[in-house]
Amino acid sequence: MKAGSPFWPLWGWPLFFAVLSGAGLVGGLVGDGAWDWMTWVGLGGPCAAGIWFGLRGRAPARDAR
Amino acid sequence: MSPGTTRVWSWLHKWSSLVSTVFLLVLCVTGLPLIFHHQIGGWLGTEVVSPEMPAHSSRITLDQVIASARSRFPSKVGMYVSQEPDDDTIWYVTMGDTPTSTTDLKQVAVDARTGTPLAEPKLDRGLMFVIHEIHVDLFAGQWGKLFLGFMGLLMLVAIVSGIVLYAPFMRKLRFGDVRRERSTRVKWLDLHNLLGIVTVTWALVVGATGMINTWADLVIEHWRDDQVAELLARYRGQPRVTQLGSLEKAFANARVREPDMKIAFIAFPGTAWASEHHYGVFMRGSTRLTERLVHPVLVDAVTGEVSASREPPWYMKTLLLSQPLHFGDYGGVPMQWLWAVLDVLTIIVLGSGLYLWLGKGPARKPAAAKLKGAVA
Repeated sequence: MKAGSPFWPLWGWPLFFAVLSGAGLVGGLVGDGAWDWMTWVGLGGPCAAGIWFGLRGRAPARDAR
Repeated sequence: MSPGTTRVWSWLHKWSSLVSTVFLLVLCVTGLPLIFHHQIGGWLGTEVVSPEMPAHSSRITLDQVIASARSRFPSKVGMYVSQEPDDDTIWYVTMGDTPTSTTDLKQVAVDARTGTPLAEPKLDRGLMFVIHEIHVDLFAGQWGKLFLGFMGLLMLVAIVSGIVLYAPFMRKLRFGDVRRERSTRVKWLDLHNLLGIVTVTWALVVGATGMINTWADLVIEHWRDDQVAELLARYRGQPRVTQLGSLEKAFANARVREPDMKIAFIAFPGTAWASEHHYGVFMRGSTRLTERLVHPVLVDAVTGEVSASREPPWYMKTLLLSQPLHFGDYGGVPMQWLWAVLDVLTIIVLGSGLYLWLGKGPARKPAAAKLKGAVA
């Protein structure tokens, strides 16, 4: 990565979803109840983000850079 | 990242994907119904249900269960006896012409309380069987498995190179930006990047565990050489067991040795999960984790005495854990649906990747120039 290139704006959300789904995958192996919820939220997060951003209409004036 | 490095990763991403995409699409499409195989079995009426009886009804012995199953197929020999984790009223007895047969297997579901044969689940026909075989080995046996495992490896290469390429493509975009107002190609490029990156952990895990599952037979073979072979020293020179001792006694002794565990399945002598001289009694614990990490108890097939009861070695644990992590069957129905959504998102990633490659036309710019165009 180039010196000075912004790490967090680029990788922040991808890392968040990576860790979230990792926690989701592990949660269900550990136990029932709250652990199940950890799984559903953990895997539901990336699904929701993919569907939301994937289907969302035109973003207003994002290209005016 | 220098243009040179980007080119290398681009090349890796392109070729690992190109070679594997068609097969990965087949795996994703056939995997979708397999996520719901229990429910589909229920709708198709192939799921076995035992008649309602008081919960504490007494159970018949396993020897009676086997006798009942064999009465349906007298020429076959026992291979496996198993029980579903959530239903101890049914035993599933799998039989074959020999303990190592892989074709023409028969299964009988026997009522654990009355010994009545309840059903004969078809192991080698039906829609779900065909889908399962395509998914597991493309109807090509061990080589088919290893081939699909290699496709899984290419998928991992494609994912890792895809992560690296995410940076140059997204440097000037915000997370989740999909440029719909630009060309269709740019829109699908952005969707490919978005869906690829949000599903990345899941895809890595399902890809890697799928690959490990293709080695299952090899892992079990290694377990026999590594852990079972030494138990056989004292049987050296003894003839093959022809008259098996009581399975009920073997099972009872295994339960005495592991009183806190429940039965997962029993492998008959001579099958992959046992030895020539032992029943392999595989017990499961009561937690989510130990329910999967089945514990092998090897029981002398004639005397019914326990020969060994050991923690499964690391490679077997890895294999056993790779199953739920690949199947997505450990978090109830919501998890099945999430698995399905992630599978569909992966299909979109694969399809859009193919589209982006096909749409490039013959005069291709070098990767660095192309990506300049995409991010400008």
